This record gives sequence, C-alpha cells and structure tokens, in this order.
Amino acid sequence: MASRSAPTSLRKRIRRKTPLLTMVSPVTVWMVILIAVPLAYVLLISFCSTDESHHIVFAFSVQNYVKLFDPTLLSIYGNSLLIAGLSCLISILVGYPFATIMANSSPFKRTLMMAFLMLPFWTNSLIRLYGWRSILGSNGFINSVLQELGLITQPLELLYNHFAVVLGMVYVLLPFMVLPIYTVILKLDHSLLEAASDLGARPARRFFKVTLPLTSSGIFAGSIMVFIPALGYFFVSNLMGGGTTQLIGNVIARQFKEAFNWPFGAALSIILILITLILVRAYTKTGGKMDDLGAM
Amino acid sequence: MATQGQTPGARVRNTVFSALVYAFLYAPIAVIVLFSFNTSRRNIVFEGFTLDWYGVMAGNTQLIDSLVNTLIVASCSTLLSVIIGSLAAIGMYRYRFRGRSAIDALLYIPVVIPEVVLGIALLSVFSFVNMPLGLLSMIIAHATFSIPFVVFTVRARLSGFDSSTEEAAMDLGANRLQVFRRITVPLIAPGIGAGAMLAFTLSIDDIIISFFTTGATSMTFPLKVMEMVRSGVSPDVYALSTIIILVTFAVVVTTQAVRYRREKGQ
Amino acid sequence: MSSQAIVELKGVNKSYGENHVVKDLNLTINEGEFLSVLGPSGCGKTTTLRMIAGFEQQTSGTILVEGEPVEDKEPFERNVNTVFQSYALFPHMTVYENVAFGLKMKRVARNAIKERVQEALTLVQLEGFEKRLPLQLSGGQKQRVAIARAIINQPRVLLLDEPLGALDLKLRKQMQLELKRLQKRLGITFVYVTHDQEEALTMSDRIAVMHEGILDQLDTPNRIYDFPATRFVADFIGESNIFDGLAEPQEGGTISVVTETGRVLCRGTSGFTAGEQVQLSVRPEKLRFAPEPKEGFELQGTVRENIFVGTFIKSILLLSNGQEVALTSLSGQPIPEVDACCYLFWEPEDAVILHAHSQEVWSTIANVDLSDFTPEASA
Repeated sequence: MASRSAPTSLRKRIRRKTPLLTMVSPVTVWMVILIAVPLAYVLLISFCSTDESHHIVFAFSVQNYVKLFDPTLLSIYGNSLLIAGLSCLISILVGYPFATIMANSSPFKRTLMMAFLMLPFWTNSLIRLYGWRSILGSNGFINSVLQELGLITQPLELLYNHFAVVLGMVYVLLPFMVLPIYTVILKLDHSLLEAASDLGARPARRFFKVTLPLTSSGIFAGSIMVFIPALGYFFVSNLMGGGTTQLIGNVIARQFKEAFNWPFGAALSIILILITLILVRAYTKTGGKMDDLGAM
Repeated sequence: MATQGQTPGARVRNTVFSALVYAFLYAPIAVIVLFSFNTSRRNIVFEGFTLDWYGVMAGNTQLIDSLVNTLIVASCSTLLSVIIGSLAAIGMYRYRFRGRSAIDALLYIPVVIPEVVLGIALLSVFSFVNMPLGLLSMIIAHATFSIPFVVFTVRARLSGFDSSTEEAAMDLGANRLQVFRRITVPLIAPGIGAGAMLAFTLSIDDIIISFFTTGATSMTFPLKVMEMVRSGVSPDVYALSTIIILVTFAVVVTTQAVRYRREKGQ
Repeated sequence: MSSQAIVELKGVNKSYGENHVVKDLNLTINEGEFLSVLGPSGCGKTTTLRMIAGFEQQTSGTILVEGEPVEDKEPFERNVNTVFQSYALFPHMTVYENVAFGLKMKRVARNAIKERVQEALTLVQLEGFEKRLPLQLSGGQKQRVAIARAIINQPRVLLLDEPLGALDLKLRKQMQLELKRLQKRLGITFVYVTHDQEEALTMSDRIAVMHEGILDQLDTPNRIYDFPATRFVADFIGESNIFDGLAEPQEGGTISVVTETGRVLCRGTSGFTAGEQVQLSVRPEKLRFAPEPKEGFELQGTVRENIFVGTFIKSILLLSNGQEVALTSLSGQPIPEVDACCYLFWEPEDAVILHAHSQEVWSTIANVDLSDFTPEASA
C-alpha cells in the first residue's frame, strides 16, 4: 500500500525534539531534585533514629511511628484539626459571600477589590499578626474601648487562646478561600440561575439547590487551600496563641530547630502528608481539578 | 454575572459586608501605620506623634539588610521560577509526551503540601549534601514552591490560546525561535506577568520555608520580625512596614488607574 | 488551464496510532488551478492540507511541491502559505503588522514592505485598516486580513482550510466570488478545503472528494455532479436517489437492473457482469412521472408530499419496499396529487450505475479512467 516511507533523518528527529527538551527538562530536573528526592528522603529518615550528637543513624526502626501515639501528641493532633476546621468553616462563611459580591461587581470594581484583597500580602504576615496583638491585647484597642464605655471592668483575655489562633488563621488564609470560589462563581452560567427562578425557585431555595451545588467545587478547593496550611502554620499559633495552642506544625518545627530529632520530625511530617493526600484524593474524586488549586 | 436585579437593600447590605471584610484585613495594617508615628516605645497606647522611628529605622542596618535580603531572594527566585515555569507551561501545553502527568503530579505537591513539610524536606536534603544555608538555599527553596504557581497561571492563559497562530507564523517563514519570541511570548505575557507577581508575593511573605532554609547571616525581613516577637517588635519595624505599605499601595493604585484610563480610552 | 503539476501526493498515508486518517492518497494539483478538497468532517481533508503545509508529517508516501520532495522541509521552508479556518491572526499585532509579518521574516527592506502591504490590503479592499487590531475587525474583515497576509509572500500555492466556515451565509456567498476573482487575478494555485459541496461546485476548477481517508473522485464540478464515481459521492454532492439491484446487461449498451421494486433501465458502461450487485444513482430532477408504465421500467410509487420550492416542486414518493425517493419538477407542470399512485422512469443515460461492493477499487479505476477527461491526472 505505502509506496515509499517518508525519510525521517536522525538530524530531523533531533531538531523536532529539541524544543520539547529545552522547555520541559529544566522543570523536570528541578522538581525531581527538589521535590521528589527530598520527600523520599523525609520518608527514609522517618524510619531512622539519632545518636547523642543528634546525627541521623541510618538503621531501620519504627520507633518514631510508635511515638506518634503518645497521648499528649494525640491531643495536639485533635487541637490542630479543630483549629484548622474552625478556620476553614469561618473562611467559608466570610469568603463565600465576599466572593459572590466580588463576582457580581463590574469588571473594574472586580479587579480593584481583588487588588485590595491581595495587597496586605505585600506586608509581612507576621507584622500584620503582630498588629492584631495591639488590637486584642489586654491593654489593646478593643479592651480600652470596652473599658471606656464601662462595659467591662477587667480586660477580656482575647489573646493567647484558640479564638485568637483561629482569628489569625482566617486573617492569613482568607484570600485563599475567596479566590477559588470567586473563579467558580465567575464561570457560573447565569442562565441556570434564571432558569431556576423561572421554574419557581425562591431565592433561598435557588441558592441551596442550584447555586451552592454548582459552586461547591470552589468551596472544596478553597477548603483545601485553608485547611492544610492551617495544620502547619506554627507562626500563627506562636504569635496569637502564645504557648497555649500547639499545632502539628509547632511540634515539627521544634524537632528540626530545637530538639534536633529530625527522624521524629520526619515521621510527624508523614502524618501531614497523609492528611494532604486523603483530602486531595477526596477533592479530585468529587471532580475537583488540581489546576484550580494553583491558578490564582 | 451582572449587577442587574439587585435591590437597593441588597446593595447596601453587600457594601456593608465588603467594608467589614476589608476592615478586618486592614485593621492591623492601620495599627502598624499608626504606631510607627507613636512617641512611646510600647505599641499599646498612642501617646504622641513623632517621626523619630523613621530615623531609627534608617540607622538600623540589620533591619535594612534583612529587607535587602528579602528583595534579593524574591527577585532571584521569581526570575528563576518565571523562566522555568513558563517554559514548562508552554512545553507541557504544546506537546504530549510520556511522563507528562508525572511532572504534573510533582508540580501539584508544593501547592497542596503544608509548607512546614516542604521546609523540613528541603532542609534535610540541603544538609545531606552539605549545602551551606544562606541566600542561595533560600532562593532555590522559594523558586521550588513558586514554579508550580507560574506554570498554572501561564497554563491558564495558554488554554485560551489558538495554537494555529503559531502555525500561521511558521507558515509565513518564522523559524521556531522567531515564533517563540514574536508570537508565543507576547501572547502569554499577561500570564507570565501574573505568575511573576504571584511568585514575588509568595516569596516576600514567606516565613515557614525561609525559617528552615535560612542561614545565620542571611536573615530576611519576616525572619527578623519573628526573632523580635519574643522581646517585642520595636516601632522602627513598624516604620519600615509603613514604607512598604505605602510603596505597594502606590504601585497598585497607579497600575489600576492606568488600567482604568486605558479601558476607558478604548 | 496549464497542465504543469505543482503539488503531487504519491501514495501518501497518515495514521495517528491506530487511526488511519489518510489512505494511500494519490493527487496531482496543477499550476494555476482552483482545486477543492471536499468531504465531511473527519474525512482527512484538513490533514491532507496540513501535510502539504508541513504541519503534519505523512506516515508514508511522498509529497512533491514544484517537483521537489518536501519531507525534510519545515513549514517555514516551504513555498506554500495557508489561510486558516480560525484566521489565526496575531492578536497583539495591527492589521499592518499582521500582513507585513511574512515579509519581515524574509528581511525585506522596510520601504518595500510598506509598498507591498499597501498593495495586498488594496487587493482585499482593506485600505485604511492598517492600524486596527484584529479584535476590532468583523469576521469578514479578519478573513480578508488572513488572505492578504497569506498572499504577501507570493506563494506558488495557497492552502485554504475552510476559510469561510465562520462567516454567515450572505457574506460567505460574497467572499466566494471575491476569492475566485482573486485567484484568477493572482494566478496562484488554490487548494481549498471545504465540507460545503455548493461552495466547492461554485468555485472550483476541479474537486477532489474525500471520504474516510480515501480519494473517491477527482474531476470537474460538472462531471462530479453528473457522473459520481461512488455511492458516497452521489449522496454527498447534491441529492440522489439510490437504488440497489442486480445488473442484467442488454443488447445495445443498456443495462436492465432488477431492484426490489421492479425493473429499471440505465445506459451501461462496460465492466458489469450479469447478476452483479449494482447501485443506481438518479438525481431528483432526472426522475420523472409517467402516466403509464414506460418500456423497461416497472417502478411505482405513492405520492406522500408535494413541496413547493420556488421555481420547482419537490415530490416525496414512497416505493412499495418502503424506500422514499425524491423527484423535482418545474412549477406549472402537471403532477399527481398526494396519495396518488404513479409510475416512475428516467432517461437511461441519466442514471449512474455503480458497482455495489467494490467502492475502493472502483474509485481507483475511476481515477484512472478520468485521465481521458483530465489528461494531467495520469501522472
């Protein structure tokens, strides 16, 4: 059938492959060396132990994983999950209406609102959280006002508790909830809502039966972007919680920077990786797109 | 979705709600700006107006150095991640090849994994290969978590892109490099710009990754603040933050104004 | 028409994995002609065009442009230019920059570029649009820019991939005429891919009909219409009534065909054996009502509908085996009422007889046979 096969010279094949190689090899090399290898290494050392001078001893043991079930640690996991969950919930309650308002605005107002949502990030999170201490502290703005008004005699303890940590988390992570929801609402086909109204759905019913299911992928994406970091943001609990609230992240950081028990810190990190894997798996199983997590 | 059909009541409610959200976001920033002019060293009560802290700040070489370090790390890691990320996005968009989904999976990891995990993983490997911790290690670490964000933003831009424009250029006699330079890059420039912006923002605000990958002599601004938290942050830090706020504010306002004028002009 | 071959495809195949989209294609395109490649979507016509342009590499076979094989040439090294279906204008460049792009790539002097861009824009009637961006143009204007941009390098062959597909009907008709005029004026060979049979019939010197990767027929529009080489061509180009039956060659060059609904007649070419399964294709305008049975015809039908379509009336008839046929007659002629039973016939030379089970073979034979009418196709 074929009269003569097309001559594809080696030179030509190389020439055709060159653009692909130049474009894709840098990222491949980079991500393998700096993501795949390090994570594999973490997994490896999580099965190791340390000697007296804190050096890693490469001898297989599961002792770090046994230690993970220490009762104090278990209560820290519980605390950590509770704080992450609360932060996530509050972010949804605030972020969803805000994203809706933003998506419903004129294009110019939209970009303006977006710019002012991201603007605070250019000032360091730590400083901004520190600003909250001046507001919430026992001599801070809120207590002063309340005392001036005679509503309280003793200053309220607003800092150094779970409430303050959750507030700090919401403060730092709120935009990561708003953005994915906003993107989904923008793409929402308006005629579906009109069809729902047309078919007699009242606003509340329409919201719960049509809008919310259609935008749930955004909520899910936002929840992942809030919940997972909230497990690890040890600086928020340091600043807002003082020593009262310990997150998994605090324990990990301490193993690496103070206790110098890296293998145990690695084992703790494996827990976080597992939680991440489970959540991301659930997200993609329900039709979530991975790109939506990163494209902002 | 359009604004039509909103009742005046709903509009008021929406405005009040947005205002409250922004108040929440900007309240501590207002505190910072206010206390940078405070005569008292303790950031608790406003006692009187002064510009002294701006002078103190200018003389605080450690603080200024930390800011310079932050900017160096942010610029270098942004540049690196933009180059690597944009090339990757184009390559992965244009070609189907084996291992493509594996690269994709690697790219998703830094986006979803807790920063503390990435931080300790990088620290472990850096120390395993005896890499000195400092600006370079931080630049590499920051580029690592920025690359995926650049890839995704550029990719989002590319998905609305008609690949036959590239073919058309080639058809008209442009070789691959010319097509890349004259067609591909200009067309995805907004995506690259957005990716760069994101990378830079993530880098200057980063605390956790820097916390693990920094060295003794390469303190960044966030780490400097972290160090000061225990003993109390002095108002000269507030002064520096105020300057940063003003500069970024000015940049955003001007770009938005230019944009607005251009949109109106068309 | 000059008979010099400018593009030749010899035994060209293209597969994407298991998917064989172009099958053993032999096609010679002559210098200066307007050749349409016509077929439904997925027939391999666009792939064929893209192989000539160099965007796709054939799996096997040879493509010659101006007598030279082009396998090793990149798209930017080939002396052919393309007008894309989506126009593919560079959105970040003005009309002027778009049109000038090809010249810039050839490093033509600035003054010469200016002159030639002006010339090209005049040719497509877009003077004064130089500074506009593609976003600010209508579909028809974009189309013109795409054409100006493609002809600026004075290619020997212009490849057009359904260039009018996105335009509305009225504009499309107007652009058809303009394109045809432009082609005559420039003397460039046009290879025009379309799925619109009417477009192909109006504009082309020759039409190549493709179907599932196979070239079914290559001929002038007239002959494609009157003498479709395959059942597919008969069906795809215009409307056809197809009858299945067994051939019974008669004395004097006619063939009687026994169909399910009775005997009919057609003029036979040689090559049909007694008892062979054949198909007859009869255009609705060739089908006639008869008050009484005609000699050689036993075809009967019941009128289902008479539809008035301007200058003619279209009747839908039901045959005894349930098959529907269409018949058109000029308005004003007497036609049977709805539900009336009537006899049908045609002039034997108006029916085209086709071998039923060997379409692929037949298409090859047809292509060879047709060299009598188009001598240049005998390459």
